Amino acid sequence: MNTLIELFSYDFFRHALLASLLSSITCGVIGAYIVSRRIVFISGGITHASFGGIGIGYFLGINPLLGAALFAILAACGIRFFADNGKLREDSSIAVWWSAGMAVGIIFIYLTPGYVPDLMNYLFGSILAVSTTEIKLMFILAAILLLCFTFLYRKILYIAFNEEFAKAIGLPVNRINYLLMLLIALTIVLNIRIVGIILILSLLTIPQAMANLLTGDLKRMIALSVLFSLVGSLAGLFISFYADIPSGATIIFTLIAFYLALKYSVAVGKRRKR
Amino acid sequence: MTQPLIEIQSLAVRYDADLILQDVNLAVCRNDFLGMIGPNGGGKTTLIKAILGLVRPASGKIVFHIPRSRIGYLPQINQIDRQFPITVTDVVRSGKAPEYGRERQRSEIARAEQLLEDMGVIALKHRAIGELSGGQMQRVFLCRALMNEPELLILDEPDTFVDNRFENELYSKLGDLNRKMAIILVSHDVGTISWYVKTIACINRRLHYHPDNRITNEQLEAYNCPLKIISHDDIPHTVLKTHRHEHID
Repeated sequence: MNTLIELFSYDFFRHALLASLLSSITCGVIGAYIVSRRIVFISGGITHASFGGIGIGYFLGINPLLGAALFAILAACGIRFFADNGKLREDSSIAVWWSAGMAVGIIFIYLTPGYVPDLMNYLFGSILAVSTTEIKLMFILAAILLLCFTFLYRKILYIAFNEEFAKAIGLPVNRINYLLMLLIALTIVLNIRIVGIILILSLLTIPQAMANLLTGDLKRMIALSVLFSLVGSLAGLFISFYADIPSGATIIFTLIAFYLALKYSVAVGKRRKR
Repeated sequence: MTQPLIEIQSLAVRYDADLILQDVNLAVCRNDFLGMIGPNGGGKTTLIKAILGLVRPASGKIVFHIPRSRIGYLPQINQIDRQFPITVTDVVRSGKAPEYGRERQRSEIARAEQLLEDMGVIALKHRAIGELSGGQMQRVFLCRALMNEPELLILDEPDTFVDNRFENELYSKLGDLNRKMAIILVSHDVGTISWYVKTIACINRRLHYHPDNRITNEQLEAYNCPLKIISHDDIPHTVLKTHRHEHID
């Protein structure tokens, strides 16, 4: 128990807790949108494309996150643009951005002279090394997301559910779609530090899959996703600390365990009802 | 002569190099009940989309004498993601652009629930749409199409995926609605709809207007509309005479 209290006296640990809360809010909200619109694969493309920005960031000596953000936004808009204009099938477009981003990243990191210090942090995440600036950025993003999903909720819902119909009743379909792609891109980039490129998709999909077991309403799905994400992140964080294993991977593993437990209990509950 | 609600004037629509619709002229007036028939790929759905402003005409125009927001639309049900997390009430409310303010939200909910009540599916209002049967879904989507109090209601093949009992119920419901609004009913089933509609339009790239609801095979042929009516007993049915491998809808 003493070690637990001691743990809270460390700056890095308080940062990690705050980061978990903010990443749960951002990933919970955006992930619910991604899952219900079935654009998980697009999000995968954006995530990997952002690696190109990280590589160029290192090479030019600028903040790799800035590079990642530019690449993520470029990929988010690019995937949609190619798909909307019908020049390329959407899944092919995603794969092009996905692989191009990884290729650019690898090449520029190779070309960067000297040791590239915290590359592993971007690949696998390191919640214990999150900086104050990153926390502030996450806070701003979380506030923007909550505002958008409060004031534009119905428009977002109607467009996500039936885009063509929404267009027919005169909703600003393209503007809302691009706004959400932008928010997806920013959410992914700022969360890369927490769980890393490779594992970020889990944070965008597993809590949402859990929520979807319990509700068929997007608003509730968003709230439950944030909750499950928070519980999973915190549990994972403590386990990783005591077991002395990498935090990002532990968080994902914990989430998957929670998902299986919930799925099992929902199935048992249904059987009892009958 | 009644003032038409919409007038389509020498409309042409292309997808890339393909001419989907050519020289289409049509006026839809209050209390019209128009059955729209034609082979698959003949351009029925494209014409609907042009009316809804979803595809841009290559030439010609559509003149609206009612606000666009007063057109109700029931899309083909296979375009709907049944697993999307949305409740029945929200589906109905999505028939109209959302408004802000507590008072307006409340009246939106009241209107949606009234429609569900009239359609006999109010008990489902909190359900997720994934839990509904085909017939229940069609009822809910018909409620959505009515949400904006339309003066023109467009239904794209509402009789697919529903059982016969609901089909009859649907058509009698449409008869009632027709007293308040014009209806365009798209179907590939000439025989069945000709019992309910007042006039028929055959679409196979061009549109041929047939000013009553009795249409013969000879007339269909003359309209270059490769459909065929077969009557067994008193239930008319149709088959496609020629099959074309162009899929636009």
